[in-house]
Amino acid sequence: MLTFKLNGQAVQSKAALSETLLNVLIEDFQVHGSKFGCGRQQCGSCTVLVDGNPLRACAAPLSSVAGRSVQTLEGLTQGGKPSRLQQAFIDEQAAQCGYCTSGMILTAQALLDRSPHPSEQEVRQALDANLCRCGAHNRIVKAVLRAAKKVGA
Amino acid sequence: MSNSSTSLSQPLSALPSLSRRSLLKTSGYLSLQFALMMPAKESLSATPSAVPHLPGDLQTNRSLSAWIRVNADQTITLLVGKVELGQGILTAVSQVCAEELDVDLSRIRLISGDTRLVPNEGVTAGSFSMPYCATAVQYASAEVRQILLGLAAEKLGVLVSTLSVKDGVVSTPTGASTRYWDLVLGSALEREATGQVAPKDPSLYRYVGQPMPRIDFPPKMMGQSIFVQELRLPGMLHARVVRPPSYRSRLLSVNLSRAQAMPGVVKVVRKGSFLGVIAKRLSQADAAALVLEKSAKWSQDTQMPTHEGIFEWLLKAPTHSVKQIKSQTRASAEAFTQELEATYQRPFHMHGSIGTSCAVATFSAEGEMVIQTHSQSVFETGLSIAKMLGLAPEMVRCQHTQGSGCYGHNMADDAAADAALLAKEVIGSPVRMQYTRAQEHQWEPYGSAMVVKTHARLSESGEILDWDLALWSNPHQVRPNGDPGNLLSARFLEKPFDLVIPENGGPPNYAADRNAIALYEFKGHKVTTNFITEMPVRASSTRGLGAYANVFSIESFMDEVASKIELDPVEHRLRYLKDTRARDVLMKVNEMLGSKPSVKRPNTGRGVAFARYKNIATYCAVGLEVEVNPQTGYIRVLQAYIAGDAGQLVNPDGVKNQLEGGLIQSLSWTLKEEVKFDETRILSEDWASYPILKFSEVPPVHIELINRPGMPFLGAGEAAQGPTSAALANAVFDATGVRLRRIPFTPERVLENLGKAKGKDKGKAQVGAEVQSGAVG
Repeated sequence: MLTFKLNGQAVQSKAALSETLLNVLIEDFQVHGSKFGCGRQQCGSCTVLVDGNPLRACAAPLSSVAGRSVQTLEGLTQGGKPSRLQQAFIDEQAAQCGYCTSGMILTAQALLDRSPHPSEQEVRQALDANLCRCGAHNRIVKAVLRAAKKVGA
Repeated sequence: MSNSSTSLSQPLSALPSLSRRSLLKTSGYLSLQFALMMPAKESLSATPSAVPHLPGDLQTNRSLSAWIRVNADQTITLLVGKVELGQGILTAVSQVCAEELDVDLSRIRLISGDTRLVPNEGVTAGSFSMPYCATAVQYASAEVRQILLGLAAEKLGVLVSTLSVKDGVVSTPTGASTRYWDLVLGSALEREATGQVAPKDPSLYRYVGQPMPRIDFPPKMMGQSIFVQELRLPGMLHARVVRPPSYRSRLLSVNLSRAQAMPGVVKVVRKGSFLGVIAKRLSQADAAALVLEKSAKWSQDTQMPTHEGIFEWLLKAPTHSVKQIKSQTRASAEAFTQELEATYQRPFHMHGSIGTSCAVATFSAEGEMVIQTHSQSVFETGLSIAKMLGLAPEMVRCQHTQGSGCYGHNMADDAAADAALLAKEVIGSPVRMQYTRAQEHQWEPYGSAMVVKTHARLSESGEILDWDLALWSNPHQVRPNGDPGNLLSARFLEKPFDLVIPENGGPPNYAADRNAIALYEFKGHKVTTNFITEMPVRASSTRGLGAYANVFSIESFMDEVASKIELDPVEHRLRYLKDTRARDVLMKVNEMLGSKPSVKRPNTGRGVAFARYKNIATYCAVGLEVEVNPQTGYIRVLQAYIAGDAGQLVNPDGVKNQLEGGLIQSLSWTLKEEVKFDETRILSEDWASYPILKFSEVPPVHIELINRPGMPFLGAGEAAQGPTSAALANAVFDATGVRLRRIPFTPERVLENLGKAKGKDKGKAQVGAEVQSGAVG
């Protein structure tokens, strides 16, 4: 039995410790935000935050989050409403298909948490290992900068 | 910008049990009963020529109630056969429906792509959804509004012309009113559309033409279940398939019992050379699939032409048809004084969806197969699957459920077929099948490699007298058009289904030769299609089909000619471009680029290119500014500009998003992408071996749209693919004097060509592979 925090709630998992965190989140905890994209840590669509840092859940074993705090896209919402960053993504219409969006938002959230007012270049750098195939890159960058502008404003 | 107010009416959890009856019950649907019935039967029984041609897909789905229902709960149900692929179609058709019906957008409930419920609109592809689906919705909504007004006038005892409508409330000048939902009666009556009710005057538009937030974004951005990959049904099992090493492999031997004995495994399935495993947990399916894969012995291909050899293979391929699709001989006897020729090459490109394809299928004890799929062609794919499984067509129901962006015929249909093959083995249990990244990369049908040769004869004054273009291509349309042979796994079954020999698409849309006929008016103009049906590599529809390579070639060659005669590339194009809308976008993008700096920064350049997609859809001109690093060969796109004309705009922000996304994807194809393969197998198996454009490489994109109020809607999703590639080649030429004719423009190729250009005086080969053009330098 392994215990960790999922979106602020203490949870327990009986899954094999070697199972990927992504599979466990999807199968046992009905997490929808994090998505399977490659299973090779190459695209970022499975990204979750572990103690505030981005982690590729597709390749991380469940054991790696023992006692730690895991946050997914649904965990960012506040009382069923979008967070500031999620709202910025909606306001900028920062997607096309939206499959990579969860990974984008969580990776950007980690950036904003450590650097509340990043430059455009810093945003691009932070997201560089997250792949988008639809070509929504510029809108995603604008959404992150929009959310950053509102931090402390 | 306000939050979206329209909603998708498909709660995923409710999908499998959603029958027509339960839908009608829960939505409180009251079908339209009209006081004044048209003599529909009479008009139908007349001679076929008397059947009126109806706008868009109303032509093939002629009943108004097939599209629109007025519900007792004060909502409108809009049913469409086109599906959401990330392109925003559902938002756009909602806008059109709300506009023409005069109801608030929040009242629209959408049902899309459920083969049991919606009009059959065929495949969602080819930039057809706006001209066909949105136009049908426009006319159907206008006509339903007219009918409702007629009913209201009768009820209120006034003339229709005195009535006004606001959000479904119909009022007289004296203040009497009734509502749409009070006007319809209970029993189901269908009525054929006449197509005779004119849509609204564009000056009255409230929704159409306004930037509208996508209705599917809030759930996607808050982690609410919307994708098929997220579907979790009670009792759902997980499946994986095991693929062979190469396209024509056959399974020689395999140990099934070891995988069958593994924890959680429900069933190991072998059908000929098709292998799959069904387990309780995904990790258990993965583990068993790995064991199966290790024990399987396969025969292997040995004769593939390789990615380096594919262009020569295409030119020499034995099985091909040759067709002249344009043969306009020059009337004038003017002598030419110069001629130019060039050869352009485009490799196989992937769709490369970020999410691997997935489907959930359930085979009931009653023999019905229900499949949640992100297929673009729910009707045809359902029929193909029925034939593959030996089921009656009506026993297979596909329900479109969104997937990752697909950009064409990717593996969505194969996933649906595989899920169904496996679900049939475990009656009553939903089976979820999702591919691994390597399976998606190695088995998806790619956009075909192509060779395009161009030749021009010029007069003394530099006028193009004769323009010849010949292209060589594999098929671009190998979708499951109701045929099991076009489903990947069906070819590996015990009694394999053969791939149907694909046909090329004809006018006006074309396929391999899409956009091969330049929109320019030349005196002599010939276009020849060499269509090669033998496919060494699996290929099918990929965003733009042949237009990507054909526009790349035409628009590169126009620049080569302009350079040869030392004329400004835009001015050169305008000489041959008569279509004023085409001229407008080209001049607009030129204006956006601004005047050329008097002193050019070294190694920087700009390029433009233009096409009207399919010569019948959106007009798109692209301008790019680039910088080429002569040491590394790396091309950096500094700025990108698009001028577009998509006719009457419905959702301008949606059009901008599509054009910008298309440009960025095309930059990715053109700068980086090439499917690699050796004699036996595909080598591009993940994002490391098939890299795509990253955030740090994406330029700022500036877009201006020219709205055409009242003109037909034009599809925009594929318009930027072709012009972007040529604008890039033209900008690189402007920056370096080097003409790149083989895609992709990798740093290695750029360096190689820079080196050749430098060494040209020493008698080295011309830049670009197999090109004798004198256009460079």
